[in-house]
Amino acid sequence: MLQIHCPYCQEYREEEEFSYAGQAHIERPSEPESLTDQEWAQYLFFRKNPRGLHHEMWYHIHGCKQFFNVCRHTVTYQIISSYKIGDRPELEQSKAVDKESINAN
Amino acid sequence: MQQYSGFGLFKHSLSHHENWQRVWRNPIPKSHYDVVIVGGGGHGLATAYYLAKNHGITNIAVVEKGYLGGGNTARNTTIVRSNYLWDEAAQLYEHALKLWEGLAQELNYNLMFSQRGVLNLGHTLQDMRDIERRVNANRLNGIDSEVLNTEQVQQLVPILDCSKNTRYPILGASWQPRGGTARHDAVAWGYARAANALGVDLLQQTEVIGMRTQDGVISGVETNRGFISANKVACVTAGNSSVLANMVGLQLPLESHPLQAMVSEPLKPILDTVVMSNHVHGYISQSDKGDLVIGAGIDSYLGYGQRGSLNVLEHTAAAIIEMFPIFSRVRINRTWGGIVDTCPDACPIISKTPIKGLYFNCGWGTGGFKATPGSGHVFAHTIAHDNPHPLAKPFSLDRFISGQLIDEHGAAGVAH
Repeated sequence: MLQIHCPYCQEYREEEEFSYAGQAHIERPSEPESLTDQEWAQYLFFRKNPRGLHHEMWYHIHGCKQFFNVCRHTVTYQIISSYKIGDRPELEQSKAVDKESINAN
Repeated sequence: MQQYSGFGLFKHSLSHHENWQRVWRNPIPKSHYDVVIVGGGGHGLATAYYLAKNHGITNIAVVEKGYLGGGNTARNTTIVRSNYLWDEAAQLYEHALKLWEGLAQELNYNLMFSQRGVLNLGHTLQDMRDIERRVNANRLNGIDSEVLNTEQVQQLVPILDCSKNTRYPILGASWQPRGGTARHDAVAWGYARAANALGVDLLQQTEVIGMRTQDGVISGVETNRGFISANKVACVTAGNSSVLANMVGLQLPLESHPLQAMVSEPLKPILDTVVMSNHVHGYISQSDKGDLVIGAGIDSYLGYGQRGSLNVLEHTAAAIIEMFPIFSRVRINRTWGGIVDTCPDACPIISKTPIKGLYFNCGWGTGGFKATPGSGHVFAHTIAHDNPHPLAKPFSLDRFISGQLIDEHGAAGVAH
């Protein structure tokens, strides 16, 4: 089970308190009516789904009820950092780190 | 290819079973193939078999990074059924079920295919309305399906707790008598053996690390054993499909999640059908060996680690005991996880791509095993003709742009 640090509660809590809310940093198009079908599909359905570091949203549903972001490795499941909505991720996706961790796995 | 038969078994017993032919060759990769299939699971091997058998293309390699049938083919809970709601999906899965019915004879391999029936339980009035709608849709598509009431369910499965005192009383079920289970490993091995006999090269321990394209046309795959050139490349890699698509700069509408399952210690025969419940979220059958094979839903987060969180297994076990209090003291022998590639509409992608000669068969999510023969059959057609098989056409990648989604969340649900 994952131990997730909620940046609002400032505490590590068990995964069961949270609900997963998908890829982070997806911006809602500011002018949806001007999008092509392709661009709209991209926004709605197409995801990075990386084998490596992933920035994702979690919802502290049985806690403070806040959404926040987590940077997690999708092979080792190791959580690198968690940060509030609107903050910049501490660690940008880095291929070097990715490869190293996958090999270690 | 050596034919398997009862007489053969007797003959080989005279020489202490020491002279059986190897089931498949272990060839050295050639530098060029007409078709390279990436992924040596059930779907990939079935694709190779039908390409060779139905379309006369035999210069094929199946490239597998581990061993044949070692991914999700080895990790599923072996349930076969076709009672899906929408016409497109129902027809695809029914096509697969019809192929299952003659497959052991066709492949000359014992798949232990057992049409023991599949029950999908309903626990609320809304469940029962959905079940009735789905059963009616199934019957219009020529799929055997019935609505059962509580008494009929109790008669079929005496050990199921159908009393009114449970938290989620059982109000009825849908019943597909032609559904059942099959031996998952045998499906991969049967297809591998038959494809090998038709001249297909099965390249194990061969991992694709890159793909080459030239002017928007695929030219081959880079592997850990060197470059293999190919006219067509077909990817059937389930949870790792997004990784392969990234190699050529494509993005797919997929998310890879861990899906866990477990088996109990072997028991005497006690459950002779498959019981699934979307509402209490679990499903169970008993293997020929006697183990209870138990599964439920995916872990919610993205994961490529072939393992999930323990709380998901705990919920699964709780659901099973809710339905079968008699199993409360049964000990669990093993648990494991596979990586399933889920699509936004819970339906697969069987499609050409913007790169000529590159095909993807993915997105089967939690329910790919049951479709193995049908998936391989229609995908082989799609590859051979560079044009989708009529049954595969609705499952193209374009549907996410046109909006023609086939929403099977209701019939897919937990129930795989």
